[in-house]
Amino acid sequence: MVGASAAGLAAAETLRREGYDGTLTLVGDEPLAPYDRPPLSKQILSGAWRPERLALRPAADLAALGLDLRLGVAAVGLELAARTVRLADGETLPYDGLILATGVRPRRLPGEGAHVLRTLDDALTLRDRLGPGRRLVVVGAGFLGAEAAAVARRLGTEVTLLEPAPVPLAHAVGAEVGRMLSRAHLDEGVDLRCGAAVTEVTEDGVLLASGEVVEADEVLVAIGSLPNTEWLDGSGLTVGDGVVCDEYGEAARDVYAAGDVARWYNPLFGTSMRIEHRTNAAEMGMAAARNLLNPEACKPFAPVPYFWSDQYDMKVQAYGFLRGHDEVAVVEGDLAERRFVAVYRTGERVSGALAVGMAPKAIRGWRQAVATGARWDESSLRSTPG
Amino acid sequence: MKVELEADKCVASGQCVLAAMDVFDQDDDGIAILLEDTPAPELLDDVKEAVAVCPAAAIRLVDR
Repeated sequence: MVGASAAGLAAAETLRREGYDGTLTLVGDEPLAPYDRPPLSKQILSGAWRPERLALRPAADLAALGLDLRLGVAAVGLELAARTVRLADGETLPYDGLILATGVRPRRLPGEGAHVLRTLDDALTLRDRLGPGRRLVVVGAGFLGAEAAAVARRLGTEVTLLEPAPVPLAHAVGAEVGRMLSRAHLDEGVDLRCGAAVTEVTEDGVLLASGEVVEADEVLVAIGSLPNTEWLDGSGLTVGDGVVCDEYGEAARDVYAAGDVARWYNPLFGTSMRIEHRTNAAEMGMAAARNLLNPEACKPFAPVPYFWSDQYDMKVQAYGFLRGHDEVAVVEGDLAERRFVAVYRTGERVSGALAVGMAPKAIRGWRQAVATGARWDESSLRSTPG
Repeated sequence: MKVELEADKCVASGQCVLAAMDVFDQDDDGIAILLEDTPAPELLDDVKEAVAVCPAAAIRLVDR
């Protein structure tokens, strides 16, 4: 496994569970044992958790896997024909099976001194600079930027949230839900400015395309991610916004990809996708491990994606593939009260559901509708499916 | 085998319920509830699946 985060670890555990007892090498470019990332923009940034709580497994559980753990060293090259991975320290690792889980890294802006939020170090560095009397500009009001803005605001930081689109997250969750989330930030005293494109980070803050400078003590750039695939250049693998895989997650013979870095064909939605959700990392790592071990009984990887986001007192939860949806309908509750279930239509089918402030049973039935590819039918939208 | 659940780590995804509905449920806030902390042997595979898919690493299976 190349990549020692959620996907790589899930693959390693699954290989052992399924009876593989040979050499298992886990390579990670960070020096830390596998740790969890979603809390970085939540409990770690707020200071509610100490970093030790991020460990994905207790040391004893990790040791029990019997891994050849190579931490703090990046993979720099892959030779498919020779079946070897080259490491930054010069070593060459042979393999019979390979799982690529190198994840993504934050996109950045021109200029120096801005924060990003991907690693534990990133989160701790930013955490130490938040609080009353501090001015933070967050560039990008996607889920990561919005969560960080919410935490910073609750810590008393003066927060400006800059978003180039007219409505934050409209492409992801629809304009109505995006506006609801915007209002929550405004109510909390965040200076949310839509239609504000940032061109560079300056000494005083950020420079907008309009020529205006927005001053800040700290700048967090949260404008999306880039898959870590450069080390695969020239390997012969197909790379195009991620490692391109088939419906089994296979990129080449005995080579699978999993997690944020993997672009695969999801037969449940009939489309290729690359998903940066925590749950997908684990599920795809597990699927890759099983398919690698059982080539005669390969199963397509056809999950219903799931994500959540915590902002202020709201928990946003969504099932499905909402991107590119054609229609949104609120089927329960009320957007204005921030307690609702919204259902998404793509083509003729129910493609997703998103809930805020609702009991789990309110959305679980909709997950099933997505999983079975239920047809969008006006009458069926009036009640939660069983 | 005994199941341990760290409820204060739970993110209410409900993945454990999907994996092992005889062992886990969720409260009204979505936080996972343990229905059975020493599940029958035939449920262990489901529980191991739940441990693996939990996005908060909040579930653990320990010998005892």
